[in-house]
Amino acid sequence: MLQFRLNGEIVEIAEVAPHESALVLLRETLKRCGTKEGCASGDCGACTVALRDPGRGPDARFESVNACILPAWQLEGLDVITVEGLAKGEALHPVQRAMVDHHASQCGFCTPGFVMSLFTLYHDPEPLDDHRLAVALGGNLCRCTGYRPIRAAALAMRETAGVVPDWIDQVRPFAAEACNDARAFHRPTTLAELDALLKRHPDARLVAGGTDLMLESTIRLADFPQVIDLTRIDALKTIEEHDGGWWVGAGVTYTQLAPLLERHYPAFARLLDRLGSQQVRNRGTLAGNVANASPIGDTPPVLLALDARLRISGGDGVREMALNDFFLDYRRTALAPGEYIQAIWLPRLGDGEQLKVWKLSKRRDDDISAVLMAIRLRLDDSYLRDVRVAFGGMAATPKRALETEAELEDRPLDEAAVAAARAAIAREFTPLSDARASSDYRLTAAGNLLERLRLQLAEPHVATEIH
Amino acid sequence: MRSLIDLPARRASSDNVSPAHDSAIGHVTGRASYIDDLSEPSGLLHLAIGLSTRASAGLASLALDAVRRAPGVVEVLTAADIPGHNEVGAVYPGDPLLAEGEVRYAGQALFAVVATSLRAARQAIALASVEYVDRPPSLDPVEAIRQGLTVLPEHVQCRATPAPLDRTGVLADDNGTSEQRHAGPDGNWRQALDAAPHHVEGEQFIGGQEHFYLEGQIALAEPWEDDGLRILTSSQHPSEVQKLVAEVLGLPLHRIVAEVRRMGGGFGGKESQAAALGALAALAAWRTGRAVKFRMPRETDMRFTGKRHPFHNRYRIGFDDDGLIHGAEIELIGDCGHSPDLSEGVVDRAMFHADNAYYLGSARVIGHRAMTHTASNTAFRGFGGPQGMMPIENALDDIARRLGLDPLDVRKRNLYAPGRDETHYGQRIEQHLIQSLVEQLERDSDYRTRRERIRQYNAASPVVKRGLALTPVKFGISFTAAHLNQAGALVRIYTDGSVLANHGGTEMGQGLHTKVCQVVARELGLPLELVRISATRTDKVPNTSPTAASSGADLNAMAAREAALTLRSRLYAFAAKRHALAPDSLALADGELRATTLEGESFRLDWAALVQQAYMARVALFAEGHYSTPKIGYDKRAARGRPFYYFAYGAAVSEVEIDSLSGEYRVVRADILHDVGESLNPAIDLGQVEGGYIQGLGWLTSEELKWNAEGQLTTVNPSTYKIPAFDDAPIDFRVALLEGHPNSEATIYRSKAVGEPPFMLAISAWAALRDAISSIGGYRLNPRLDTPATPERVLFACQAMRESDPAKTSRVAVQAQP
Repeated sequence: MLQFRLNGEIVEIAEVAPHESALVLLRETLKRCGTKEGCASGDCGACTVALRDPGRGPDARFESVNACILPAWQLEGLDVITVEGLAKGEALHPVQRAMVDHHASQCGFCTPGFVMSLFTLYHDPEPLDDHRLAVALGGNLCRCTGYRPIRAAALAMRETAGVVPDWIDQVRPFAAEACNDARAFHRPTTLAELDALLKRHPDARLVAGGTDLMLESTIRLADFPQVIDLTRIDALKTIEEHDGGWWVGAGVTYTQLAPLLERHYPAFARLLDRLGSQQVRNRGTLAGNVANASPIGDTPPVLLALDARLRISGGDGVREMALNDFFLDYRRTALAPGEYIQAIWLPRLGDGEQLKVWKLSKRRDDDISAVLMAIRLRLDDSYLRDVRVAFGGMAATPKRALETEAELEDRPLDEAAVAAARAAIAREFTPLSDARASSDYRLTAAGNLLERLRLQLAEPHVATEIH
Repeated sequence: MRSLIDLPARRASSDNVSPAHDSAIGHVTGRASYIDDLSEPSGLLHLAIGLSTRASAGLASLALDAVRRAPGVVEVLTAADIPGHNEVGAVYPGDPLLAEGEVRYAGQALFAVVATSLRAARQAIALASVEYVDRPPSLDPVEAIRQGLTVLPEHVQCRATPAPLDRTGVLADDNGTSEQRHAGPDGNWRQALDAAPHHVEGEQFIGGQEHFYLEGQIALAEPWEDDGLRILTSSQHPSEVQKLVAEVLGLPLHRIVAEVRRMGGGFGGKESQAAALGALAALAAWRTGRAVKFRMPRETDMRFTGKRHPFHNRYRIGFDDDGLIHGAEIELIGDCGHSPDLSEGVVDRAMFHADNAYYLGSARVIGHRAMTHTASNTAFRGFGGPQGMMPIENALDDIARRLGLDPLDVRKRNLYAPGRDETHYGQRIEQHLIQSLVEQLERDSDYRTRRERIRQYNAASPVVKRGLALTPVKFGISFTAAHLNQAGALVRIYTDGSVLANHGGTEMGQGLHTKVCQVVARELGLPLELVRISATRTDKVPNTSPTAASSGADLNAMAAREAALTLRSRLYAFAAKRHALAPDSLALADGELRATTLEGESFRLDWAALVQQAYMARVALFAEGHYSTPKIGYDKRAARGRPFYYFAYGAAVSEVEIDSLSGEYRVVRADILHDVGESLNPAIDLGQVEGGYIQGLGWLTSEELKWNAEGQLTTVNPSTYKIPAFDDAPIDFRVALLEGHPNSEATIYRSKAVGEPPFMLAISAWAALRDAISSIGGYRLNPRLDTPATPERVLFACQAMRESDPAKTSRVAVQAQP
């Protein structure tokens, strides 16, 4: 039985298939049809709902998620707020009132999703500015308004009169039914339970954010016989700080990781603003991005440039490996059956070390890279030392550019070095042409990003990026 | 006697000039229902379709036994199961509902599965086994024209100066030979073009566009009274759904009712394309005797339905030292896909807009309709107009840079003006707004200062470049298929004084119902809350035109006004007699009747009391209205006439910033001044202007459709097809409606249509990108910038600038002092 609290009231559902999405549960089983399906792939935000984990206590905040790619079982024990839960009879929530006052809906189909994304912002104490709005709303597509009135509504909502349902501000934990092994969606709470489940169901699919896995169900229509959920294991949700860096647990979401990146890797934090959407970042994890092994995942090139390492558990023990040895071929990794990533080691940047991360895509927000380049280097006078260059979108896997690194190492980054590195890129990469970009663009732009680097190091007064 | 309903307390009329969308509260609370949200009829079945994976092939066999045996499957339908016509073409035949013998695009429907759940229906699809006999597909529209592969014949418009027409715009003499007629009334157009002192010529590829309405296509059909069917459809054209369902099933139209409450966006994509869904759901409901819902998943929707036509355009323009155009030759090749669909009108409208807002002098415009083995391209906001305007906008920038002039000066010099006021198809421009509109926007946007600032910035910035452009829009309003320019409405007054209206237009988010309610409320002097529109239903108002061509309010609000006026005169006649009132003193305002009695005393009667008295006196409290647009007519044989009742105008200034090393860019500011005549609802109209601009921006920048060598679409979901997101709209976005210029024609309260015209304001952003790129060549060279101008296209255009400019090397850095 699945239990959660929907708009303040506990609901219980007897049977839910492991592949079922929260959206299907809301619309088809519970007949709450205010939440819409626009794409069923987490790309449009029409299905946005807000989640809050009352178990986190009074600091628990609402987070926006795409219900279409959220496993329904992950609602268990949570406060779930949908667009139906905001208005109190005829009295609108300030977010809704502001949207009406600013004529921010036209066809209205994306509107519930926008209302819910704005709802999470409304109840978040941080001040609002244009950057924050863009980060929070980048995953909600509107085809009618051109967004101007939605921005106006967002900027006005905190000064708009309205009624907030009283239960919204009360974090009231409730006891959901305990984990039940008999069902097909397993929710272990300890590593020992996880290991036992993996032994029993070696072919089970592992899920944390589900932001990629769930598309196999919603788009490819696959039914999952067994799923093991990692999101209830506290041991995977920690970030351990050490002198040399951090172990980031496999269950840490991008949103939870963001403050660390902001402090220690600002370029990585900027990338995070453009990784998926807020709804995706609230669920997705670094480990999921790595294990997924897509050649166009955003974080693996950055992690490669940082010399990240993996702690891999095989049930009987734990091993460590360099991320550089992890990606074997297109979507093939060094993970053996029954193994999973427990944590990722982020080495601290040393004195004088810099990290640059540049993502090129057709659209700034919620798009997948055509090319992503990450470079770590140390500047020793004008000489480059300890250079790491890694690319996404240039090969069948995220990949270090070893020849390029060699061309750059121990020399000043002048025009000759850029030319040599450009030639090296052309030697070591044969990118594909696909829907996102041509091979030619990928190669040319990759080389040009080295020129951008040269200009930023040598001629910092020259503007080289669009903000 | 049973008493009439108690009257509510009278409410004061709202003086809000921009009432909110009539569903705004429903939208923000989730209570506004779309078809998939409605309570499901008992026994509802779900439908899914199997698609062709081949662009062009014979259909050798279709083995569906495994599909039939799949869990939950109730029925599997093929072309053989269609009792009537296997045809859902909107105007011309060519669109089979289910493939028969051959397939003509990858994505065409082969068969339909009806099952007890949506997932079961979709999962069963994969069990089909299809054998094709491949044929070489036509995938290149230019090559198709070379080979004579078209869906419809070409059309030519031609005009030579001096105009061969008399002042009324009617051909003075039409006795030319057939060849002369084909080339236009005067074959001398080329002389003026050739004689011009300078020429620019070029070609461009203008990409298509996926509609990406947030609500995917959907229909629900259920068996109804008398062996009839009721179809709930997300369609801009319910009458066509009704007609095509009737034809597919071989039933008379009066057995079928099609109903639309609201769409989650349409943009033209639900004009003709929605019919197939209605017809398939109806066919399945007819066969099973149960209600059937057909909701397409996004990927199926993107593969199955047509898009905006891609165009290949060529132009040759003759001009003088001042940049004044003397003559133009423009060739437009519309990629129509595999069938005609609406391509006759789309390519015609592209041709009608080849001049945009400029007087072309002697001009010849030819439009081709290429057949390719892709989904049949269809209506999309602007309906060919945007694609048709692109060559002349390209050319005007070319001319300016050739002459070393500011493109704005060249544009202004060529705008239509008194004396230079006849289009290449013989319609005379009567309301000369565009000159002053452009000048006002030039001032308000601070164009000249910003132009200078940008030049200075670019001179000092080797990598990041800025661009600026002002482009105008002149857009013709009326369906070019003249018979569609009509509408009907039905208005009823109930005995509590509440009013219910129906009309032929559909609500897709544009606020049409709100505007029509405003008009009815205004004519009856009522607060807006007393007037409601239920839904668009073919049994309320028959034989409706599609809600398209920006005509929704122009036509339907006029029809509703006619109905309201009929009711008003009946009520006046009744009240004058009953209460002995002076006939010319009667007025309905603020929810009451105001008049002077024959004795000269002032008289007031509450609206609802008036209604009840009229009812008791057996006055008919319902009326229909009909409207047809006057003055229009285009003689296609002569390629002359007045296709448009009037023109809507606008202009935009866009400023962009590009990174010439990556091709990334951003619109940093947009200023828009747009003409809607006397606005019916300024907030709704502003929404159309802003939304149109951003949708146009997507068309020209990030929205890229790609097909592979086999003709399969590869951008089939929002992961690969990128419409503008929140951060793509400029934060500095200054939009205003032109004030003080009512429509010179007698439209509804002298307003103007607003749905499509603003879309083309985004051409300014594309021109600004070209401006920024051309700065790399010192504003002397003209980059070719096909669309969508993705970062990839922008980067390669920058690279081409550098490589073709001997003054610079491929090196971009300058040795500036820190």
